[in-house]
Amino acid sequence: MSRKHNKLEAINLDAYYGDFHALKGINIAMEEKNVTAFIGPSGCGKSTFLRTFNRMNDYIDGFRTEGDILLDGKDIYTKEVRVDELRKEVGMVFQKPNPFPKTIFENVVYGLKIQGISKKAVLEEAAEKSLKRAALWNEVKDNLNKSALALSGGQQQRLCIARALAISPSVLLMDEPASALDPLSTAKIEELIYELKNDYTIVIVTHNMQQAGRVSDNTAFFYMGELVEYSKTKTMFTSPQDTRTQNYITGRFG
Amino acid sequence: MRVSEKIIEGLLWLAAVITILITAGIIWVLLSESISFFQVVPLVDFLTEKEWTPLFADKKFGIAPLVAGTLLTTAVAISVALPIGLTIAVYLNEYAHARLKQVVKPLLEVLATIPTVVYGFFALTVVTPFLQGFIPDLAGFNALSAGIVMGIMIIPMISSLSEDAISAVPRSLREAAYGMGSTRLQTSFGVMVPAASSGIVVSVILAISRAVGETMIVAIAAGQQPRLTLNPLVPIETITTYIVQVSLGDVPRGSLEYKTIFAAGITLFIFTFALNNLSFWIKKKYQEKYD
Repeated sequence: MSRKHNKLEAINLDAYYGDFHALKGINIAMEEKNVTAFIGPSGCGKSTFLRTFNRMNDYIDGFRTEGDILLDGKDIYTKEVRVDELRKEVGMVFQKPNPFPKTIFENVVYGLKIQGISKKAVLEEAAEKSLKRAALWNEVKDNLNKSALALSGGQQQRLCIARALAISPSVLLMDEPASALDPLSTAKIEELIYELKNDYTIVIVTHNMQQAGRVSDNTAFFYMGELVEYSKTKTMFTSPQDTRTQNYITGRFG
Repeated sequence: MRVSEKIIEGLLWLAAVITILITAGIIWVLLSESISFFQVVPLVDFLTEKEWTPLFADKKFGIAPLVAGTLLTTAVAISVALPIGLTIAVYLNEYAHARLKQVVKPLLEVLATIPTVVYGFFALTVVTPFLQGFIPDLAGFNALSAGIVMGIMIIPMISSLSEDAISAVPRSLREAAYGMGSTRLQTSFGVMVPAASSGIVVSVILAISRAVGETMIVAIAAGQQPRLTLNPLVPIETITTYIVQVSLGDVPRGSLEYKTIFAAGITLFIFTFALNNLSFWIKKKYQEKYD
């Protein structure tokens, strides 16, 4: 069995919002088909960092980066990289479920349609596959033409995951995907993440320490724009090396 | 102290009541005069007759030609204003920098402040001769130039209201679209515009309502020939133009000819009233979707 290769890497990454130094000299490498959790107090830069992997920060005035972000060993911040192509490889699920105000079916096949795929059979097959993958198929298979906004919050979030999976990315970025959901829906999402890591490289930002403990293989702790500690989740939660990490995970601040 | 409070409250109340009374008064005049018109001319004739010649010896009282003229100029105006207005709205929202937007939006609204009489002679003396270069059959007075210029006039209405509607779409939807690998164009026309559609429809309805009631441009550039046609190249007459024509002419007060303007007026009123209510209803029904 060959060793897993590094799917995502950051090398000496600095990021700024205007004068504000949001990320300071980040170095990290994430293996493929692993779940990495980013934890840390609000404003520590974990979301900013997550969004550098699909260049979601590009639209913010005054945002700039120094250093490299690599996907499969290739820098994604060069001029030759087309962001729309990049985002087909690196899917994203957001904090608040954000389905389009369209039908469930239209939501799932949106990404395929914008790529110019219009064959009904192809779209239907992809929709079924993605919805099954996101553990939503049984709940919606008879109502594919209903508005996505009629679903519950947890269903909407799984729909957003199905929508992201439909364009077959290899990386899935999740920005606090369960923070707006009830415990039952949260459990479903976590179960799903556990399933998906067989095929996808997943990076999840979370405020919830238990969640990081449950779903992730590795955990990175961020504090004030710095990557303080990065190790196996088990190691981090049982014997943190840095006092700041220790204080955070034992609930002394944050 | 208490007395002065009461007086001020009374004055404010009066101010509010006066506007309602004036509106009611206008509707009452419209109604009473048109009722006496419809006592002479049957409503059925008014609605089904195909000619409108109250000022001729052979009098015909079919409103259809005036309605057709109004709808024709309005249709031309909207087909100019909607694509341009919506494109501007999308550009301002999706592509333009914040600073450019701050400059362009007020500038556009200047278009709406130009007196309509200026638009009218612009249509007659610039647009019509220009169009005649391509369309030799175009008459000196026609619905096409009047409609185009009216469309230019209502562009800011559509672009401004549509831009507001698109801005009101939550950022999370835009992020969802970008996150799926949408280009800016796909994001705006595939996600943002449909999500803002209720607001855009409202802007279009208000613009239609404005175009239906518009008077000076059509009075100057579209002609005064009531004609039941959908051909934009010939002179026509709109409801508003007819009212101007009679009001300025030497029609004796109180005569049947004189009363026709109230019948025309109430027709116009019904159109704009219905359109404004429709826009109000759409706004109320669909707007809370993202709150």
